[in-house]
Amino acid sequence: MKVRSRDAKQAWKEDFESSTTRRDDGIETSTISGVQVKPLYTAADLPARAEEMPGQFPYTRGIHSTGYRGRLWTMRQFSGFATAQETNKRYKYLLANGQTGLSVAFDMPTLMGQDSDAPTSRGEIGHCGVAIDSLADMETLFEGIPLSEITTSMTINSPAAILLCMYLAVAEKQGVPFATLGGTLQNDILKEFIAQKEFIFPPEPSMRLVVDSIEYCAKEVPKWNTISISGYHIREAGSTAAQELAFTLADGMAYVDACVERGMRVDDFASRLSFFFDAHIDFFEEIAKFRAARRIWARWMRERYGAQDERSWKLRFHTQTAGVSLTAQQPELNIARTALEAMSAVLGGTQSLHTNAMDEVLALPTDKAARLALRTQQLIAYETGAANTIDPLGGSYFVEALTDEIERQAEVYFKRIEELGGVIPAIEASFFQKEIADSAFRYQTELEQKRRLMVGVNEFLVDDEPPIEILRIDPKLEREQVERVRAVRAKRDQARCTKALVEMRKAAAGKDNLMPYILEAVRAYATEGEIMNTLIEVFGLYTEQAVI
Amino acid sequence: MPKAAVKPVRIVMAKVGLDGHDRGVKVVARALRDAGYEVIYTGLRQTPEMVVDAALQEDAQVIGLSLHSGAHMTLFPAVVEELKRRKATDIVVFGGGIIPDDDIKALKQQGVAELFTPGTPLQDIVAWLKKRFPEGG
Repeated sequence: MKVRSRDAKQAWKEDFESSTTRRDDGIETSTISGVQVKPLYTAADLPARAEEMPGQFPYTRGIHSTGYRGRLWTMRQFSGFATAQETNKRYKYLLANGQTGLSVAFDMPTLMGQDSDAPTSRGEIGHCGVAIDSLADMETLFEGIPLSEITTSMTINSPAAILLCMYLAVAEKQGVPFATLGGTLQNDILKEFIAQKEFIFPPEPSMRLVVDSIEYCAKEVPKWNTISISGYHIREAGSTAAQELAFTLADGMAYVDACVERGMRVDDFASRLSFFFDAHIDFFEEIAKFRAARRIWARWMRERYGAQDERSWKLRFHTQTAGVSLTAQQPELNIARTALEAMSAVLGGTQSLHTNAMDEVLALPTDKAARLALRTQQLIAYETGAANTIDPLGGSYFVEALTDEIERQAEVYFKRIEELGGVIPAIEASFFQKEIADSAFRYQTELEQKRRLMVGVNEFLVDDEPPIEILRIDPKLEREQVERVRAVRAKRDQARCTKALVEMRKAAAGKDNLMPYILEAVRAYATEGEIMNTLIEVFGLYTEQAVI
Repeated sequence: MPKAAVKPVRIVMAKVGLDGHDRGVKVVARALRDAGYEVIYTGLRQTPEMVVDAALQEDAQVIGLSLHSGAHMTLFPAVVEELKRRKATDIVVFGGGIIPDDDIKALKQQGVAELFTPGTPLQDIVAWLKKRFPEGG
């Protein structure tokens, strides 16, 4: 009988609908981003397409044919605090504990391009990263760490070109050829305008600096990842998974457009573009996001930009677990949250990973918390078996359907951004900023109304939580750093420094690639603040229209 | 007194310090606006002088500060000091951000009326303001 042939599914449906379900308790069953998910997925939800394979276009199942069988992801813990000397000690500690790459966190004055002795640096020095004022600090930061043997990621944006030049100058002093240097510069200014707001120059000169560094590295530092196009900050600012994906890939395309406009060939730079995503707590949605990211990027690079080199099609990404998912309440829970998030990144095929420490919601991590975070990755890599099978969730009815759904939502956003005239006009119209603020407010409202639960925050509370040990930055270090930058200025060859800054200023007013000029200023121990202020004289400052 | 005569409380919300993490301040600003307060958001990277200027110009009774860079022990007291200097200590200052317990105690001693840390329900902030200003402004 015809009806009988549908029996299993029909019977399940009837059973399910006649049963009591949790939906009556008012708690959302949609993903954390608001995607409605069904209680069950079946073969009927599988998209009709040819079987996809890892290492093959469009790379939904991963960019390498060997997955983690070939090589595990890089365990790269973001770290930096206080002075270069203190951070150098932490780096050596992490490397001794099995970390495989460095990732530099800079303090706010460094991120905002100002020296430690600037009046607005007061109270900020060494607090959320390491203070770097000049090449002298960079030399100390990598003292005893051969740049030929490690790769380094640097999270810096508006002044990215300067910090990259400082790294290059350290390599020169260590006798390491530029061509052998490996690492990543965040250098993603668009997401600063969109989300993290560490902008300095207006969009146009900001983009010029980005393209200058991409162009320079394509020739001189070919193994360097010149940009890490970041969704992390967009997500942390409150976006949904689909917004994170769409805005980040749209930024990526804007950089490709800018480089092509400069006259570069796509295949000469595209393989050095890298990405950086958040791994939030909604497990399957995150995995779907990572898979969709690869597929969309491959298609756009091949079809829209005409890239011929396979390496240009492959989206490589770093992942960090979600800082916003951590709670100050019952902070030990953060270890569990981070482990789950890290697992989603691994199942999503990340190339490198940072796991947050449990105390990062309170302060910079202590040595112990930093080690536990690293151990969490090692546990996933070596104990769980997650690294043994490539794209283990490929073919899952649910994950495949969700991958397609996230991709569909991203495509809708690409159209809207295009209608607004592209990424920069959309920034100027506060489009992204408004979208993100709306999502953040919606999520907060759901928490307030207990339509979403956060363990330890709006449910399962405890009274009298014992305080946990946190890292304190000694205020003495601030004074020492101020003295250090002043000593550098007093000691350097001032004539060489002034000449380098004058030449750089001239170049900034023209069209030359600024990298060689910045490198010379850095070698002459011009400080970061001096270089930035010189560029501000030419480029001006950006202020945003604040929207709430 | 007729209801219309009650002046709504005006709050200047400001991001002091160098960081650009404005998710929290925006969510709080919206919630306070929805709760009936008049909210002026200054935007990013305000110095203590700029914040106090804004509060005086806007005739605000409250300043709400947000900061996520760890500079709260320098910048929150600097706002309180600036209010003293400008003889405007009737303006109530509260703050939010990643602020350890010990720092909360110290900041309260230095004149910051209240501090809210991550995970605080928005309703708690509204309730605190209602208690502080039961009659409106």
